[in-house]
Amino acid sequence: MNEIRNDTQRLSYLQAIIEAQREEMRRDPNVILMGEDIAVYGAQSLFEEFDASRLRNTPISENSFVGVGIGAALTGLRPIVDLTIASFCYLASDQLLNQAAKLRFMTGGQLRVPFVMRTSTFYNNRTAAQHADRPYPLFINTPGVKVIAPSCASDMKGLLKSAIRDDDPVVVFEDINLWGKKEEVPTDPDFLIPIGEAAIRRSGKDVTIVAFGGTVSHALAAAEALAVDGIEAEVIDLRTIAPMDRDAILTSVAKTGRLVIADNSHNVGSVASEIAAVVVEEGFESLRRPILRVTAPQVHIPYNGTLEKQLFVSKDRIVEAVRMLV
Amino acid sequence: MLLDPGFRLEIYRRMVRIRLFEEAIIAHHPVGHLSIGQEGAIVGACMALNEDDYVTGTHRSHGHPIGKGADLRPLMAEIFGKRTGICKGLGGSMHLTDTSKGLICESAIVGGGFPLATGAGLSAQVRGSGQVSMCFFGDGATNQGTFSESVNMAAIWKLPVIYFCENNGYAVTTPVSRSHGQPDIARRADGFGIPGVTVDGQDVEAVLAVTREAVSRARAGEGPTLIEARTYRFDEHSNRLAIPIKYREEEEIRFYRETRDPITLYRVVLAEAGLGDDLASVDAEVREAIKDCVAFAKDSPEPEMSDLWDNMYSNPIHLPGKPRP
Repeated sequence: MNEIRNDTQRLSYLQAIIEAQREEMRRDPNVILMGEDIAVYGAQSLFEEFDASRLRNTPISENSFVGVGIGAALTGLRPIVDLTIASFCYLASDQLLNQAAKLRFMTGGQLRVPFVMRTSTFYNNRTAAQHADRPYPLFINTPGVKVIAPSCASDMKGLLKSAIRDDDPVVVFEDINLWGKKEEVPTDPDFLIPIGEAAIRRSGKDVTIVAFGGTVSHALAAAEALAVDGIEAEVIDLRTIAPMDRDAILTSVAKTGRLVIADNSHNVGSVASEIAAVVVEEGFESLRRPILRVTAPQVHIPYNGTLEKQLFVSKDRIVEAVRMLV
Repeated sequence: MLLDPGFRLEIYRRMVRIRLFEEAIIAHHPVGHLSIGQEGAIVGACMALNEDDYVTGTHRSHGHPIGKGADLRPLMAEIFGKRTGICKGLGGSMHLTDTSKGLICESAIVGGGFPLATGAGLSAQVRGSGQVSMCFFGDGATNQGTFSESVNMAAIWKLPVIYFCENNGYAVTTPVSRSHGQPDIARRADGFGIPGVTVDGQDVEAVLAVTREAVSRARAGEGPTLIEARTYRFDEHSNRLAIPIKYREEEEIRFYRETRDPITLYRVVLAEAGLGDDLASVDAEVREAIKDCVAFAKDSPEPEMSDLWDNMYSNPIHLPGKPRP
């Protein structure tokens, strides 16, 4: 990563979320946090520091409390709404897709919507199909929202802070498989990672692996394993999935000529599908082999943990895909 | 209630502005959902607000900004889809949102405004701004989940919101009696522990009085009020909608048009108050304003394709498909 780092502290991905919110709430009195049970889960330490009027423990009314956050965003606040589990976004889809995403446009730019919706992709956790969705494609297919999917604690902190300061609605996909993962995270309260910029996590000349969120660590592990056999993979962490950093992908593919995309969406109409389409349209002459997508198959997520694990992106599945190309 | 004559004439002026604005739509650019017949409810509610109070509205959106005192030119240009429209021709008839008058949304998704109005109330409360939020909705919208969810949140947090139902009796063609288990909408307030009031929506000053009370409760931190204004839509749900089967009696429509027109009723009140001579000059002034806004709309330019991309985000980002200059 390119950011200048001075002081750091060791934080988990989950702690980075709390610290990003704490810093932004200190910086701007218009930042508020809303969500179900936040007083008990996730934001306890914020309740000790901030006025209760800025921390709203909401009733179980997903469509409306998301919309209340949007209404507050239209009128001077910078709300962060914690939607807890990504599968709940369907309940809030009218407010997210019909209101937040469209109000700036539909009012000819009169309104701004500085609204952040945090939600976690709750897969690999034996919670079955109604809790385990990774609905990234729904939001990248919705003009007007920005979507971030950080892969590590530092990125989470820097991107979430950027999201809170952004004047457009931003959906933040947290990955619960990363919650406990710790690393050194900058303490500078103005440490920001710009929305829309991918990061090259590892350089390589033989194949490009594009990943984001929870698939990045698998992509890096796959690259390690492939390196043993002399295959040099370049790993791109998208960090933001809408708007997508097309240039980073196309530049890398121009160098490697091969592309594997690791995305935990269901296969059809996935983020990976979009990336593949972009590369075919704009970088076809660079491709030496077909593009391969490593995604979840088009079946629902089962309760059975042994079966569930096999559906998602893993180091082995990425290695296998790369070996088909190189 | 003792009202200043100038204020009463302003009430009248805004009702006439809604009426003639919509008659001009019928004549010149027949599109949209008309508020004709409902002006008393709308203007009575709006006149209880300050200019910086928030308003959310519905697909039947023309009355709310006019009631709140908006300039007519950008509104009519929006009806015509022009670039000078209040929403640059991107929103249209169902979405006349003039933020300079406190409007934050005219939602064409029925019930979509409840959470947004509630959020505006939350914002006013957190910032301590003293503003209130007025949420207009129809009888049909109370059957959306967002009604119950949002009113409940406003109740538990004592938010400064006025939930104002323009009950015109029909959700498109379905009467209240066939879509509500308990058709007295104001009574729904009991379920949330807040006051619910029913008022004659054709009596503009009666609407003003109950709304003022709700507004002062809201500003005093005492929480939301549900107001049900009983009103009537003189025209069809939308003025280009084909109605294959009659769903309301001609006699009913005639009754409201002839005896329950809020403007006619208010003219009588004002004439009795000795303001009869002023009515004709208000009428003439509004007619001129309507002529002017129609001419402005007709002469205005169409929006450009690039406007679509330019109004998507607050900061310039690469958007797929944007035409190259």
